[in-house]
Amino acid sequence: MQQALEQPDVIGSEFVSFFVGDQSFCLEISQIREIRRWSPATVLPHAPDYVLGVINLRGSVIPVFDLSARLGFGKLTPDERNVIIIAAIGDQMIGMLVDSVSEILSLDPDAIQPRPNIGDEEVISYIQGFASVDDDITRLIDLEAILSPSSKLVAE
Amino acid sequence: MSAPNTIRDTFFEECDELLEALTDGLSELEDGTATDDTVHAIFRAVHSIKGGAGAFSMDAIVAFAHAFETVLDLLREGKIVLDSGLLAVLQHSSDHLNNLVEDGRSGTNRADSGTTSILASLETYLGDTVKAGIDDQSDDFGFEAITFSLDEPIVTEEPGRTTFEIEFTPTADLLKNGHEPELLLDALADLGTVSVRVETASVPDLRKLDWQNLYLSWHLALETTADEDQIREVFEFVEDLCDLDIAELTKESAVFDIPTDADADLETDDTDTLPVQETKPRAAAPAKKTLRVDLDRVDRLVNVVGELIINQARISQLIDEAEISSSSGLPSELEAYQNLAREIQEGVMSIRAQPIKPLFQRMSRVVRETMMASNKKVRLLTDGEGTEIDKTVIERIADPLTHMIRNAVDHGIEPSEKRVAAGKDATGNIRLTATHRSGHVIISISDDGAGLNRAKILETAMSKGLVPQDAELSNSEIDNLLFLPGFSTAVEVSDLSGRGVGMDVVKNAITSLGGRMSITSAPGKGSTFSIVLPLTLAVLDGMIVQVADQTMVIPISSVLETIRPTVRDLDAIGTKNWMLRIRGLNVPIFDVATQLGLRAQPIDYKDQVLLLVEAEGLGQFALAVDDLSDQRQVVIKGLDGNYGAIPGISAATILGDGKIALILDPDTLTMSAKPGVHSPHMTTPKGEALHAASA
Amino acid sequence: MKTKVLAIDDSRTIRDLLRMSIEAAGFEFFDAVDGVDGIARYNEVKPDVVITDINMPNLDGFGVIDGIRTGTENQNVPILVLTTESAVTLKKRAREAGATGWIVKPFEDESLITVLKRVAGA
Repeated sequence: MQQALEQPDVIGSEFVSFFVGDQSFCLEISQIREIRRWSPATVLPHAPDYVLGVINLRGSVIPVFDLSARLGFGKLTPDERNVIIIAAIGDQMIGMLVDSVSEILSLDPDAIQPRPNIGDEEVISYIQGFASVDDDITRLIDLEAILSPSSKLVAE
Repeated sequence: MSAPNTIRDTFFEECDELLEALTDGLSELEDGTATDDTVHAIFRAVHSIKGGAGAFSMDAIVAFAHAFETVLDLLREGKIVLDSGLLAVLQHSSDHLNNLVEDGRSGTNRADSGTTSILASLETYLGDTVKAGIDDQSDDFGFEAITFSLDEPIVTEEPGRTTFEIEFTPTADLLKNGHEPELLLDALADLGTVSVRVETASVPDLRKLDWQNLYLSWHLALETTADEDQIREVFEFVEDLCDLDIAELTKESAVFDIPTDADADLETDDTDTLPVQETKPRAAAPAKKTLRVDLDRVDRLVNVVGELIINQARISQLIDEAEISSSSGLPSELEAYQNLAREIQEGVMSIRAQPIKPLFQRMSRVVRETMMASNKKVRLLTDGEGTEIDKTVIERIADPLTHMIRNAVDHGIEPSEKRVAAGKDATGNIRLTATHRSGHVIISISDDGAGLNRAKILETAMSKGLVPQDAELSNSEIDNLLFLPGFSTAVEVSDLSGRGVGMDVVKNAITSLGGRMSITSAPGKGSTFSIVLPLTLAVLDGMIVQVADQTMVIPISSVLETIRPTVRDLDAIGTKNWMLRIRGLNVPIFDVATQLGLRAQPIDYKDQVLLLVEAEGLGQFALAVDDLSDQRQVVIKGLDGNYGAIPGISAATILGDGKIALILDPDTLTMSAKPGVHSPHMTTPKGEALHAASA
Repeated sequence: MKTKVLAIDDSRTIRDLLRMSIEAAGFEFFDAVDGVDGIARYNEVKPDVVITDINMPNLDGFGVIDGIRTGTENQNVPILVLTTESAVTLKKRAREAGATGWIVKPFEDESLITVLKRVAGA
């Protein structure tokens, strides 16, 4: 018997871009469940500094990361202007605090360039690639890396 | 052939059910509660597995199931008698079939090597005659059997083709002379289209059928352009060995008249007009009606119901705050609403919950297999088979449990001679139990073996550099060394429990489910391994507490007493540690906020509320919280999936105001303060088991 | 109107497989989970062709054939027996009991449909 075909890693062409530390990042739109205004999270004990805590998303308890801290830009002091992007990868939901959401971009998946092989800055390991938008570039977040084992809240 | 994955999934799901039915049936045979239908049910289970496996070309399963069902068939027909030997073979076969199915599921072939010996033991129950049938996997006569149609007359359209009816009754001598009816039929098939019907009326019992004692005759229809002489030519060499009748049919007549004798017999046997259900009185109780539902749908429902409960709590809170008079009838309606919501929740939870029984059944197989390989005598006793646990949890503890059971047989139980020398029963006991307690499920594996060899454990740990040479460890600390990565349990890694997996892997698997493990052991008396698992969705009676400006919940079942201490109740030890004096006892105080890292150091305990709790291995101690509000039921929301285990926190809940509150776990709260070798504590058996998922 | 096929088998796997092949071939598919259910469905659906397993709880395949051949409106409906048996005897017995033909499990889609078409005249 053949196993069912693996879902090919199709990337759609609509992306939501947002700012973290003055730089533009984006996520493919189907990964995003919703965008909500910042509200305080319940702090988790013994959590790394990029974990703001957990929030109640319609009855589910989901973690919220400070994307700025996660990407190595330093901790954000959240206020009303900041937003939380709720994204899903597989069964797992995650909230990411970002400075602000900017726009919805249409990008040709072919126009996305692979992750550059430069330096060992944290942010490099959390992006899949980047694409040019007007005079700027936007960086495609690698959700899996964001949630990767090193991101587990408790390093035993 | 290929089929989409979903049907394959269905097949394995169905296999699980069938294997469970098989195990149940065999247990009934074993304990004498079998009914007439038991053997039939067992047969059907094996048969259905074979049928499905065939569709997926799982030849190992098909071949083995075929031999298995043949023996079962003999049993159901009373050809062989059930004795303890046969029962053992059947159980062994059932275990093996299980393994083969597992192989099929995982695409491995670990069990294949065992097939030959088990087949051999099955075959001892088959007479020579039947054995021949088993080997004959390829049936038929070499032509396409399924093209045959009895009821539909073959109407010859093509000119020059005619249909002959051939009656062919070989004598016993036909075979002795080295002839194969198969070849004859093949030859006939070369002439045109053959249809065949075998007259079996003179066969006293179907299973006795074999070519040595051929009682059959063939009624053949041959649609052909050949003439009768050419047909007779085919039978030339056997003419004296059979009765042969060849007649040309007209187009209008059916290929066969249903042979009148046999048909008449059938009609009179079964009467013609009675409803079917009555003509077959061995109808069993109807199967339980089930509905297959996509798990995702259930999970969605689980989530929505969780919200309903929270919403209901919020409404209650708002109404409370609004101070509406009770004469309005609102409070009583609200209570009814609360009860309904609770009922819905319990109903929904029960959909995901499944009895642990199939898992336990699997463990009895593991015991039998391990026992056989290690030459020990072990009896598995189970308790709490009906305990219901979340489906996912059941799936994920199967491997750890298997490993622990193997360990118990392999390392826990002593060889019979040693047991007898120690004044024990030659047969060892392993007790596997499951219970609901304090909002957790506790599964324990106890053996009455030799107990842990602490000297050896310590020596191993030291030799591997896991503990310093001069370490002085308590018994419990030594026992917990087993869970350290890199610690291999046996000095010589046995084939069974070794397998390259240590107890650390087992522990990690349990931890990833948000569970904990603990060991107790007494030299000469045995060891008990306990797994404490959270219920993924459950209701917990909680006490709402304030900890460093956060609202948290502590299970009421863990709290023995709440104390607002006075200065006289508190004694300092050193500068940071304090003891609580209570009824002549002095118990250590842990500040929850400090333990959780929410505060650098404890504030003054006399301004706090102390909760007296008890944890196994730690005895009683007090937890300091900032304040205590009310008690209420909360819905447990697992944190396990996302976060790994957080010491001191077992789960979270959502309070009436929509905020998340963490649920404290007194047993692990004290761990975070003590780096190094952690003792995984067990939940104390204090208090009533919460009605959580058991309701 | 589509040819109606009733498949009676206690194995979900087999029912699903049959459904897949049979619906793909343009037949209308109905199923039943055991013999008693099968007779009930037979009376309800009035299929053009019946496929039945032999070993089933409550009422086995022979009982189903008996039931259809002796106790229902359309007694001459083609009935195909599903069998894993290599033992020829079982097929013979099915034939004696009134089966029209048989299908050996595991079955190939193609031969299944060929047989169905042949016996159902579809």
